Amino acid sequence: MSVQRVMGSETEYGISVPGHPNANAMLTSSQIVNAYATAMHRARRARWDFEEENPLRDARGFDLARELADASQLTDEDSGLANVILTNGARLYVDHAHPEYSTPEVTNPRDAVIWDKAGEWIMAEAARHAATVPGSLPINLYKNNTDNKGASYGSHENYLMARTTPFADIVRHLTPFFVSRQVVAGAGRVGLGQDGRANGFQISQRADYFEVEVGLETTLKRPIINTRDEPHADPERYRRLHVIIGDANLSEISMYLKMGTTSLVLAMIEDRFVSVDFSVDQPVRTLHQISHDPSLKQLVTLRSGRKLTAVQLQMEYFEQARKYVEDKYGADVDEITKDVLERWESVLSRLESDPMSLNRELDWVAKLEILEGYRKRDGIDWDNARLHLVDLQYADVRPAKGLYQRLAARGRFERITTDEEIRRAVDQPPVDTRAYFRGRCLDKYADSVAAASWDSVIFDLPDRESLQRVPTLDPLRGTKQHVETLIDRCRTASDLVREITGS
Amino acid sequence: MRVITVAAKDSGGQERASKQSEQVDDELVDETGDLKERHAKLSEDVDDVLDEIDEVLETDAESFVRSFVQKGGQ
Repeated sequence: MSVQRVMGSETEYGISVPGHPNANAMLTSSQIVNAYATAMHRARRARWDFEEENPLRDARGFDLARELADASQLTDEDSGLANVILTNGARLYVDHAHPEYSTPEVTNPRDAVIWDKAGEWIMAEAARHAATVPGSLPINLYKNNTDNKGASYGSHENYLMARTTPFADIVRHLTPFFVSRQVVAGAGRVGLGQDGRANGFQISQRADYFEVEVGLETTLKRPIINTRDEPHADPERYRRLHVIIGDANLSEISMYLKMGTTSLVLAMIEDRFVSVDFSVDQPVRTLHQISHDPSLKQLVTLRSGRKLTAVQLQMEYFEQARKYVEDKYGADVDEITKDVLERWESVLSRLESDPMSLNRELDWVAKLEILEGYRKRDGIDWDNARLHLVDLQYADVRPAKGLYQRLAARGRFERITTDEEIRRAVDQPPVDTRAYFRGRCLDKYADSVAAASWDSVIFDLPDRESLQRVPTLDPLRGTKQHVETLIDRCRTASDLVREITGS
Repeated sequence: MRVITVAAKDSGGQERASKQSEQVDDELVDETGDLKERHAKLSEDVDDVLDEIDEVLETDAESFVRSFVQKGGQ
């Protein structure tokens, strides 16, 4: 495989009511989700179908006993919190005390960016609608990962992988990659340590919240490699790698490279191509040290004794990937894989020679440039609240207030998508995964869809006594090519179910 | 309850959105440019950006930042 594989992202947004720090976040998050659902004018709201969810399944081959699990890990119990499935195939819901947007399944990193960006637009719209409810206070949403007071919330990536790949190989080759990936994909943060008490700037929003190397948890003792094993697909053939170590990106290039390069490294692991063991000595500590050194000079010590910088370590992975793609595809390489490789090399070499030249591409560099500008112009230092505010407001989703949004609108960020593509992705699903079937059903048969999930759509039909569950266990079926004409010609959900069951 | 699978034989033939938007050609990343000149230009440019940000930054930074309190998530 290349950069192409079934993938997706999930982002928990920061939420606040200015002037009301004690506002109930579960309530305000529900208001956000409900406001968007209401604005879509859905007469009936499909439930989430939990039948195939196994949050306690561990990739190492055992199940965590439910009574040993923290309440926050029991994500398969319907908490009654707001939840909607969108016509673009995405899920918008309340997770813990944050509104969360999970993209539909896509097949490449460029589409991952498009549908993730659609999520920013959806959140901004949701907040705008929520504010029109009489008596409501304005709710702000932030695409970041920490409040700088000890709390962190995630932006996760998911990659479908071959089940045959030994998990130990994934841990061995992915850990050094994840420890160093932040130099490309970090979103930048003002404040050091989990509570942000120490002054300074660091490359990653999330790094300081990671405490162990491998584990099942996502809310406590966060691990560099998360072992949750819920494939939402045939478990004999696939695992879903649930990646919890990334920052929420605003920059398209940061996110595109984050997912594109990770997908490539996974392909090399699946094909047993990585010939060198880059295992890092003390990976958790090293992760923090790299993040704390925006000068990029911090040395990483490998277990082999070799020392190199995070950028050089990434360059090693790049070199392997370049060889891998050349060996495997030669001139037949697809455009996106080629583009990811070219950009990855270009970004890494400029990180070596002149990091600030990436101010239009990488979140952490763009943010640092603004912050350094303030420090210089106003003679202020890292303890100054304005710098913390710049960090926070960079991630504000509102087009008029969000610093990323403002600068992007002025053309100050390089992009790989267009506004039209993003706007279309707000309502329409990707065409090449089962999200197409889900999204079209939600759009055309909203009143008949009782529930849906990644791997099913359940219909409640006037002419049938029992609910009709249509499993969609294969992420690459139910695509436009497979079901477009079927859905086009079925006027009602009853027609659709009759056609696919033949009864 | 009856379980039904969406009928379709092949699972290949994916269509991809393939049209790459054109890359912004940017003098600031021109590697042949003189580094010093580039940095001077950069900081001039940054001043403009700061002016724009000044206009939209929330007032009372201290209390705004202090009141941004989140519950932990995943």
